[in-house]
Amino acid sequence: MNPDPARLRDLAISDSGFVFDPFTGYTFTVNATGLAILQALKEGLSLDLIVRRLQDSFELEGDEDLARDVDEFCVRLRDQKLAR
Amino acid sequence: MKPRYERPVLVRHGLGGANKFGALPGLRSMKTFEGIPVDELVRQYGSPLFLFSERILRDRYRELKDQLARRFANFTMAWSYKTNYLGAICKVFHQEGAWAEVVSGMELKKALRAGIPGRQILFNGPAKSAADLDLAFREGVRVHFDHLDEILLAEKTASALGIVPEVGIRVNISELPVPTWDRFGFNLESGRALEAVRRIVRRGKLDLRALHAHIGTFIQEPDAYRMAAKALGKFAITLEAEEGVRIDAIDLGGGFASHNTLHAQYLPGEEATPSFGQYVERIAAGFDEAYDGPEPPHLILETGRALVDDAAVLISTVLGNKRLLDGRRAVIVDAGVNILPTAWWYRHEIHPAQDFYGTAEPTVFFGPLCMNIDVVRDRIMFPPLQVGDRIVIGHVGAYNVTQWMQFITDRPNVVMVSSRGEHGLIRRAEDFETLLAQEEIPSWL
Ligand SMILES: Cc1ncc(COP(=O)(O)O)c(C=O)c1O
Repeated sequence: MNPDPARLRDLAISDSGFVFDPFTGYTFTVNATGLAILQALKEGLSLDLIVRRLQDSFELEGDEDLARDVDEFCVRLRDQKLAR
Repeated sequence: MKPRYERPVLVRHGLGGANKFGALPGLRSMKTFEGIPVDELVRQYGSPLFLFSERILRDRYRELKDQLARRFANFTMAWSYKTNYLGAICKVFHQEGAWAEVVSGMELKKALRAGIPGRQILFNGPAKSAADLDLAFREGVRVHFDHLDEILLAEKTASALGIVPEVGIRVNISELPVPTWDRFGFNLESGRALEAVRRIVRRGKLDLRALHAHIGTFIQEPDAYRMAAKALGKFAITLEAEEGVRIDAIDLGGGFASHNTLHAQYLPGEEATPSFGQYVERIAAGFDEAYDGPEPPHLILETGRALVDDAAVLISTVLGNKRLLDGRRAVIVDAGVNILPTAWWYRHEIHPAQDFYGTAEPTVFFGPLCMNIDVVRDRIMFPPLQVGDRIVIGHVGAYNVTQWMQFITDRPNVVMVSSRGEHGLIRRAEDFETLLAQEEIPSWL
């Protein structure tokens, strides 16, 4: 299950990867990949579409497992209470 | 051009800070060791792998020796075997002129086997058997005593051989600016050391010549050595005046800090560790305070970790990545506390052995043991690592290849690299046969 886009839309996310959660006051840094995934999740894209977007946006070596990376990132968002 | 893909990272601030640019302070890619590619060494010798630099061993030795030579007419460095008794390491130090300092019958035999003359061996430690003492006295080794029962045994052993060997006693000192150890030797301030001396003199079976103290280890306060040198110097003078004992050697043991960083330490060892010059200057000051006029006796040092720690690295390979609930990235590597027990003492320096890029995150390095205590480094800002990447763990030369244990896996190869680009095994890795060779199954089973 993808995280709920409504919760993510409450986060303040800068283009440089700085993330502010107004509910807890915590701040975070994401790298470029994390930023791209966050944006895609906010738009409500499916896992397949997020993976495709990453493939289009980044230079890949070929042996990456993008679906696993996106999955893990979502777990990480939930751990940090940034997503439901 | 599209940016290079990097696995997604999210770091909460306040966890040690995030660094977006990978240019981490103090972190550098260490692709070579003494000019030889780490990859090449691992291909030949496997991973994990201990690498010792012959050049650094000799440099550290000469650095301390030069400092001592500036201040003392009469001094000796005795290599502390327990710190690292691999034959090749001992050989380098003996070639440089070191005596041997041993603390067990096994170490004593090792020094003798290496061809070190008995009179250049010092025998310390709290557990010497009758057979150990017999061997030591036959070979002319100087034994430093830890307790009275040992002195009794030594007197018996020496009498049986019909000799009166030159010996020393270990003294512990209470008044020092560092935590003091009273479990070894005879206490100075309480008068027990004096009692021991009187006893030896009265019985006349041993010839007391040396005072020995080893005030602790990783001592970051050089002034402790001034105080110890002064205390032993004054004691020697008193013994000469009042007991007619001529002390010809004062041995201040080991204890100088290496460039490692203790867990509790704030500044990194590279910045905080006193130089050899500072320690030696303090010892000289202590002797000056004790001896105004007469020449101080032969000074002996048994420096261990400060000579060998910085000369070695441990190469380890990444087996996997995972994410802990507190947000730290965990990296599992193939070297654990089984071969790196000093990880319990130190925040060991760790560097990637390949180019790195990507977001640095608070990272914990776990070893391969199925044990909660197997932590190589509990928190370090580190760039992402892939399975098969290598790390270089620094300052691992002291105590690891003596205190390591065979626990669920074999002990790995240990290699020395020369300054001319030669390299070779100094201890062969164990294998499955090594494990089985020591075992027996009793016939009734
Ligand atoms: C008697 C004695 N001498 C020398 C040493 C070497 O000490 P270090 O490695 O701290 O220099 C030790 C270490 O425990 C020791 O017990």
